[in-house]
Amino acid sequence: MRTGQLTAHTHTHTHTHTSQETRTMADSDSEEAAVLDNTDLTSPESENNMINTMVERETALLKKIDINVAESEKRSGKNTVNMQETYTVYLIEIRPANAAEGGLPVGDSPWRRYSEFELLRTYLLVTYPFVVIPPLPEKRAEFVWHKLSADNLDPDFVERRRLGLENFLIRVASHSVLSKDKIFYQFLTEEKGWREAVLETGFQDKADSRLKSLSATLRVKNPDKSFTDLKQYSDELNSAISHLLRVRAKVADRMYGVYKVHGNYGRIFSEWSAIEKEMGDGLQSAGHHMDTHSASVDDILEEEEHYADQLKEYLFYTDALRSVCRKHELIQYELEMAVLDLASKKQQREELTTGAVRVFSLKGMSSKLFGQESPEQRESRLAALQQSIQASEDAVLDKNQECREFMRMSWEEVKRFKEQKDRELREALISYAIMQISMCKKGIQVWSNAKECFNKM
Amino acid sequence: MSAAPVLSGDLEEDLDLEEDEDLEVFSKNPSLAVGSSVSSSVVQGSLVHSPGALVRSSGSMVNQYGLEEEEEEEEARGGVPTRDLFVTVDHPESHVTAIETFIVYRVLARTTRGDFDSSEYEVHRRYQDFLWLRGKLEEGHPTLIIHPLPEKFVMKGLVERFSEDFIETRRRALQTFLSKTAEHPMLSRSPQLKVFLTEQDLTAIKKQGPSFLSRMGDSVRAAAIAVRGVRARPQEFGAMQDYADEFSCKMSALDKVTQRIIKEQNEYLEELSQYGPLYSQWAELEADLSEPLRGVAGCLDLCGRETEEQLRHLTEVLQPTLHQYLLCADTLKTVLRRRDHIQAEFEAKNDALASSAVSKKGDLETLKEEAAGLEERVESANSALKGDWARWGDAMRYDLREALVSTADKNQDYYEKCLAVWETFLLSQKTPPGQEED
Repeated sequence: MRTGQLTAHTHTHTHTHTSQETRTMADSDSEEAAVLDNTDLTSPESENNMINTMVERETALLKKIDINVAESEKRSGKNTVNMQETYTVYLIEIRPANAAEGGLPVGDSPWRRYSEFELLRTYLLVTYPFVVIPPLPEKRAEFVWHKLSADNLDPDFVERRRLGLENFLIRVASHSVLSKDKIFYQFLTEEKGWREAVLETGFQDKADSRLKSLSATLRVKNPDKSFTDLKQYSDELNSAISHLLRVRAKVADRMYGVYKVHGNYGRIFSEWSAIEKEMGDGLQSAGHHMDTHSASVDDILEEEEHYADQLKEYLFYTDALRSVCRKHELIQYELEMAVLDLASKKQQREELTTGAVRVFSLKGMSSKLFGQESPEQRESRLAALQQSIQASEDAVLDKNQECREFMRMSWEEVKRFKEQKDRELREALISYAIMQISMCKKGIQVWSNAKECFNKM
Repeated sequence: MSAAPVLSGDLEEDLDLEEDEDLEVFSKNPSLAVGSSVSSSVVQGSLVHSPGALVRSSGSMVNQYGLEEEEEEEEARGGVPTRDLFVTVDHPESHVTAIETFIVYRVLARTTRGDFDSSEYEVHRRYQDFLWLRGKLEEGHPTLIIHPLPEKFVMKGLVERFSEDFIETRRRALQTFLSKTAEHPMLSRSPQLKVFLTEQDLTAIKKQGPSFLSRMGDSVRAAAIAVRGVRARPQEFGAMQDYADEFSCKMSALDKVTQRIIKEQNEYLEELSQYGPLYSQWAELEADLSEPLRGVAGCLDLCGRETEEQLRHLTEVLQPTLHQYLLCADTLKTVLRRRDHIQAEFEAKNDALASSAVSKKGDLETLKEEAAGLEERVESANSALKGDWARWGDAMRYDLREALVSTADKNQDYYEKCLAVWETFLLSQKTPPGQEED
């Protein structure tokens, strides 16, 4: 069982939990400011962060507990539309860290199914939009080469999913911010009532609607360049890895074919040896080696699946990156809207005081149609407008604040993520090379053996 | 028209398909030299008397002989120890006439034999000339195991039937055929072989019909149409028959499997060639990760080239050898059949003797003479076959062993080279370029 070997990067700066709660700094001159042009951390700050990442590699949570997705099981039950279905559940086992073997489990050791993991992840996405949320293992088997089953109930798929889910939990537990989340802890430890608890947070209401996100993408006037670049990068990375995985599967398929056909040599050599005198022994033993060769491809390709899974994780990470970019766009868009709103109201005020009608308003039209209003009416309107302007100014301040906080926090996150990605993918490439070497060694062995046998013919 | 059956198993014996055999369909270039694969230099005019001056085909390992090596291998295969006739087939060239286009091969012969006027000869032959020669050899030695010729057509629906690869494969097979014939103790003495190697113009000789230089042409044809089967086949020939059947089966299976491996390996190579560049493309998006990504791309590229090499070896060494022995299996069966016919003829004659339909005394005498003659024929056919069977067996074991050893060796070499490629990459990753945070 492969347990998570991830290290966590943390910052010693105190973080607030959610972006909604950030109100730390007032911004004095941000009335018309729609965008910050420098999202880079200053040099001393970034240096500081780097040192921090080296020093602390575990979160408080992981210092306390070990997380395992220990088992999987098939269950049957009625689903929401009252139909019978079969699904798989996974056992989450929490034990005290540093305990001797067989330390008592912490919590209920709940059984969870994939959809519950999805619910947890959605909750985290909504609650911590500035974090690059770790992805779940794939919902359906994709990029399969022909021998591998695409069936969700296939034991190999379930096993790989089990490892992927464990990996997900450990990544969340390694994150400085996410690891502190209560709902997450409840997910790990409470069998009953978790679903109610997560729904009670009302996170679904906070979720940005699709429409909002879409319109934001279309109409942001001044998106931050770093984020635009990041979005482009995630799109391109997504494309590159998908393509790679697809072709890798085809290569695996072909390699499988070549190896397996060699198995026929084994059978034919054996039959042929029966009619030969001098060549019989040599042929017979060579045949065995051909069988060995043919069989060896199964292990080779199984190992490669782990490599493919590592790539897949980063493929799915690009979605998380895109989420962060979309959130930035949304906040930016809302800021721009707030600024526009403020400008429009100020315009109205100006017209009201000067009497010039430049902006269309219902009041203005009705004045034209039904006659001028009285000075008292105008005064009260002006007062109401003034209040509205004040509210708008506060809104712009708040939005600006939100925007800047979001960009600061998310940019740290992105930086952390990039370092993690570079490190882990490099490791993955190295392990791929090691796999190839192991495959070559097997090949050398088998053909050198076969050669000996042929020589004896 | 040759009376001998076509050995590739084709069914169109009676059709004169001579102009189809070496038709070159795709190109009308006057000289299509596939000489790029010939490693040694071409010697013009008369050849010089020194080892190594003989132009060698760069064909399969089995065909790459030095003078001394040839003698050693000769012995290993149970051939005549002193080889005095060496032949090569090379320089396929397109020959264009008003009526047809075909491939002509250059045939070089070197010999120390006294019955040859000169010590070196150069002639040009086309595929149907080889067919003619083999037919003549069969006529003259119906129960000797003569090496097969490459097939007329490749019945696989390959689009490039007359591509360079096809011509090269054919050339090598023709080379093997001639070499093996030249080293056969009896066949090398055949007058037709001498004519084939020495006469500039074969057409006149070919036109002289089946009775020329043939001692048993008529009787072979008669034997071919004998309906009646043999009655008392000696047990040893029955065993040979069984062996031939089994061997044929196994060769056919091996041939198919090898072809399948080649096909799969080709497809693997195609996918692999698309795989490597994707790592390079990804590298363009990355900063620190770019270097290892490019490293992997490089490894995959190099491994792809090694795979090409390995595939080439399969196609040029193992595949043709297996295929030739598949054709040999048919020859074995044919030769055994002929022996049976010869025996059947004799038995028929005996039956005629024993029957009471003989009236005159003169007839009886004639019959007795004929029977005695036939009995002699059976004896000599049997002993020729037995002797040649053993000889063939040795050659077969040698050839197949060599081909398989060579293949295993090449495969091992392939994996060793790929191993080195990946280990180099690993090494490069253990000593990072120096600007890592650590």
